[in-house]
Amino acid sequence: MTLWQGALIISGMFAVTFGVRFALFARADKVVMPAFIEKALKFVPVAVLTAIITPMVLMPNQHIDFSLSNPWLLGALVAFGVGIWRQQQLLTILVGVLVFFIAKYGLSL
Amino acid sequence: MSTMQDMRRGAVASIPMIIGGIPFGLLFGSLASSYGLSPWFAVAMSAFVFAGSAQFVALGLIGLHAPIWVIVSTTFIVNLRHLLYAADLVKFVKHLPMSMRVIMGFGLIDETYAAVRPMYEVGSADKKNGHKVYLGSFLSFYVMWNVTTILGVLSGELIPGMSEWGLEFAMVATFIGIITPYLKHKAFWLCLLSAGASSIILAGLPNNLGLLASAVIGVAMGFISDPSYKVTSKLDDSIQEVNK
Repeated sequence: MTLWQGALIISGMFAVTFGVRFALFARADKVVMPAFIEKALKFVPVAVLTAIITPMVLMPNQHIDFSLSNPWLLGALVAFGVGIWRQQQLLTILVGVLVFFIAKYGLSL
Repeated sequence: MSTMQDMRRGAVASIPMIIGGIPFGLLFGSLASSYGLSPWFAVAMSAFVFAGSAQFVALGLIGLHAPIWVIVSTTFIVNLRHLLYAADLVKFVKHLPMSMRVIMGFGLIDETYAAVRPMYEVGSADKKNGHKVYLGSFLSFYVMWNVTTILGVLSGELIPGMSEWGLEFAMVATFIGIITPYLKHKAFWLCLLSAGASSIILAGLPNNLGLLASAVIGVAMGFISDPSYKVTSKLDDSIQEVNK
């Protein structure tokens, strides 16, 4: 990749990323959100984040792997359980990561 | 409360996700160097684009020698969810000066939205101080993301196998930590299950379109199964108050 191509990729990525994030803020004083949109928006974080991580967890090698020997699935299930049970973000993250690495490296020794 | 205190509250609320983001930033930097990209390219991307998952997808596409328009349009689609976050935050930023909205727009990431949005809900952020809380969150993520990118680039050159360690799992755990507090009603469970199932079924779609389609399906399922039609009852309440 030449310097010129690199600069073009980064400016293009900057333009679309910032554009998406700023577009509504730019006209925030004029935008009026209909009530049903407001109601739908509260589901956005759960829907988007679930859609990002589910394939990572269930298809770590591009194939579906439902077994508990899949460290991604095991780590995610434990993190999910801890999250529902205690609702403490830091605990959820640390326990999940710990189980993932034990499953990935500990069990293969 | 002073500006510093408000910013500190935003940063403190972000600490769990900052910890979750550290391995992810290291991984990004080390992947970039394992692809043989210039260290400056990775550093500049983190500084100017500031979008974790889109930066990973872009690296993958660069590795496949995809044309620039594919890289840019995929970035657009992967980040389209931020438009939905922005739509939700419009009511909290409309009174702010344009320069503040520019900065807040640049810093609108999943983690800052997840950290600050609930604070508006419980009243620990409001019209007067919300943007300061937000800035505290944004700046702490920005510093973390850029520092870990640089460290990742440096360590990726020293420790070649680092990109296979599975550091991406930190992002999975962080997102699970964001999702679980929402799951208090049936509608959110339905949203989760339908978005998750769709993302597997649609995983083969090109350019990450499956992600966007699954997100829309999840939102729609949550929306139709939501029993709390509070919009109308709130309206009734306010009408009654006017009548008093």
